Amino acid sequence: MSRIKTIASKELKDYFTSPVAYIVIPLFLIVTGWFFFSTFFLYDRAGMRDFFTLLPMIFSFIIPAVTMRLFAEEMNIGSYETLLTMPVSFTEIAVGKFTAAVLFTGAMLLPTLSYPVFISFLGELDPGPVIGGYIGALLLGGAYCAIGLFASSLTRSQIIAFIIGSAICFTLTVMDRLLVLMPAGLASFVDFMSASSHFQNIAKGVIDSRDIVYFLSIMIIAVFGTYLVMKERN
Amino acid sequence: MIEVENLTKYYNDFCAVDHIDLQIHAGEITGILGPNGAGKTTMLRMLTGFFEPTIGRIKVKDLEMPGDSLKIKSMMGYLPESAPLYHNMIVYDYLAYVGRIKNLAEAQIPGRLKELSDICGLAEIMHKPVSDLSRGLRQRVGLSHALMTDPEILVLDEPTSGLDPNQIAEIREIIKTIGKQKTIVFSTHILSEAEATCDRVVIIGRGKIVADDTTSNLKTRMAKGADITLALAHADPKEVTDLLHRVDPSLTVRRKNQADPEAVSFQIKSLNDKDVMKDIYLAIKETDWVITEFKRDSDSLEHIFHELTKEV
Repeated sequence: MSRIKTIASKELKDYFTSPVAYIVIPLFLIVTGWFFFSTFFLYDRAGMRDFFTLLPMIFSFIIPAVTMRLFAEEMNIGSYETLLTMPVSFTEIAVGKFTAAVLFTGAMLLPTLSYPVFISFLGELDPGPVIGGYIGALLLGGAYCAIGLFASSLTRSQIIAFIIGSAICFTLTVMDRLLVLMPAGLASFVDFMSASSHFQNIAKGVIDSRDIVYFLSIMIIAVFGTYLVMKERN
Repeated sequence: MIEVENLTKYYNDFCAVDHIDLQIHAGEITGILGPNGAGKTTMLRMLTGFFEPTIGRIKVKDLEMPGDSLKIKSMMGYLPESAPLYHNMIVYDYLAYVGRIKNLAEAQIPGRLKELSDICGLAEIMHKPVSDLSRGLRQRVGLSHALMTDPEILVLDEPTSGLDPNQIAEIREIIKTIGKQKTIVFSTHILSEAEATCDRVVIIGRGKIVADDTTSNLKTRMAKGADITLALAHADPKEVTDLLHRVDPSLTVRRKNQADPEAVSFQIKSLNDKDVMKDIYLAIKETDWVITEFKRDSDSLEHIFHELTKEV
C-alpha cells in the first residue's frame, strides 16, 4: 500500500513539476467553459446539464493526453527497467499510476466547482444532478484514466498511446448515438456498453448500482489489462 | 550466492542467452565479459528479475525466481546500462523516492542519502535536476540508486560505458571500494576493465559461456601466444634471431621496420603455451645490447577474447 502511495504521489507531482498540468487544466477549463457558457444564457435555466453532456466527449481527448506518458515515457527513457527491478509488484505500479491519473482528473474538475456556485447566484440550482454529475464525472474520468493507462502500457510512443486511448474512449462515448442504426437485439447491448449513457444516468441525479458497477468494471478490466501487458513484456 | 541453471532466453526465434550454467559466490566481483550483442544485458536482466527466462532457473541463496522475485529484488541493487533516471526530478527527490519504494523508513532516508552522497560524491549535485547532469554524474546517481538499501548483491550493466577516462577511474574506484563487502556482478565489453576490477571473469559469446576463470588465470592464458615487440640498440639482427631461437626454438621471429636507425626491432610470437618474456629478458641481460622497447602487444592481449567470442 505504501508503495502505491509513493508511486501515485511521484506521478502526481510529475504533472505539476512539468508543464503538463499548466497546459491541460487551463485548456480543459477554456474548452468546457466556452462550450457551456456560450449557450448557458440562451436557455434561461439554472442547471449544469449541458456541462455534463459535454464532459464525456471532452474527457475522451483530454484524459488520454494526461495518461499517455505514464508508461510510454518510462519505456522510452528506460526508467521502466529501473522501476521493475525494484521490489515493487506490477499491480502496485499499475494501481499507483492509475491513482495519480484519477487524482489529476479530480484536480482538473476542482476549478469547475465554481460554476455551480456561480449559477446558484443566478437562479435556483437543484443540487441532486450537480452532485450526481460530479460523482459520475469522477467515475467516468476513472474509467477513461484506466483505458489511457492501458493504452500507454502498449507502446513506447506517447503519440500512439494517445491515439489508442482516445480511440477507445471516443468509441465508448459516441456508441449510444449509433443506436438507431443497430438491430434491436444489438441495440440494448451497445447502449449498455456506452459510457455516456451510464454517465448521463448518474448526471440526472439517479445513482444506480448498474452504472457504478459499469464504471468500476471498466477500471478493473483496464488496470488488469495493464497488468497483463506488463507481465507479457517481462 | 547466485545459482544459474540452464538459463535460456529467446526473443521470438533469436536465442539471446543459450543454456547458461553459472555459480556466483558471495563476496566475489564477477565480470561478465563479451562483445556487444553477446547476451550480457539479457542475462543481467534475467538475474535482476526484469525479464523472465524462457527456460532455466535462477536461485539466490534459498530463494528462487520468479516466485520470490520481490524478496530477491530487495536483496539486489541494479544499475542498468546508461543509468536511466527520471529527468524532471532533482537528485535528492529521486533518491528519496527510490528509498521509499525500497521500503526505507521515512526517518532513515535523509541519513542514508547523506551516506550515499559521501560514497558516490553527490554533495554538489543533490539539488540539481537529473536532466542537467553529465553522463558520469548520472552514473553516480544510478550507483547510489543501486546502493540505496546497502544490498548484498550489486548488478551493474556496463557501468563505465560512455564515460571519459577520469570518470571511468572514479566509477571503478567506487566499485572496488564497495566491492570489498559485497557480491558484485558487472558486465563490460572492455577487457582491461574486467582485469582491473574483477576477481573472476566469465566471457560470453553469442549467448554461451566461452570462458570462466579467475582474472589472473585468464591473464596468463592471454599472455600465452601473445605477440611481443622487442627493439634493441647495438645489436646484430642475425645474432638476436639466433639468441631468441636458443631461448625457445618454436618462436617465430619477424624483423620489423624501425624508425630509429640505431636499433633493430622484432615481432616475436610463441607457438606453445609458455610465457617467454622472462626467458628472453634473462638471455638479453647476458649480452651488451640495450633494450629500447620490450612489450606484449595489447592487440594480441585482446586476441584470445576475440577468438573465443568469434568461434562460438
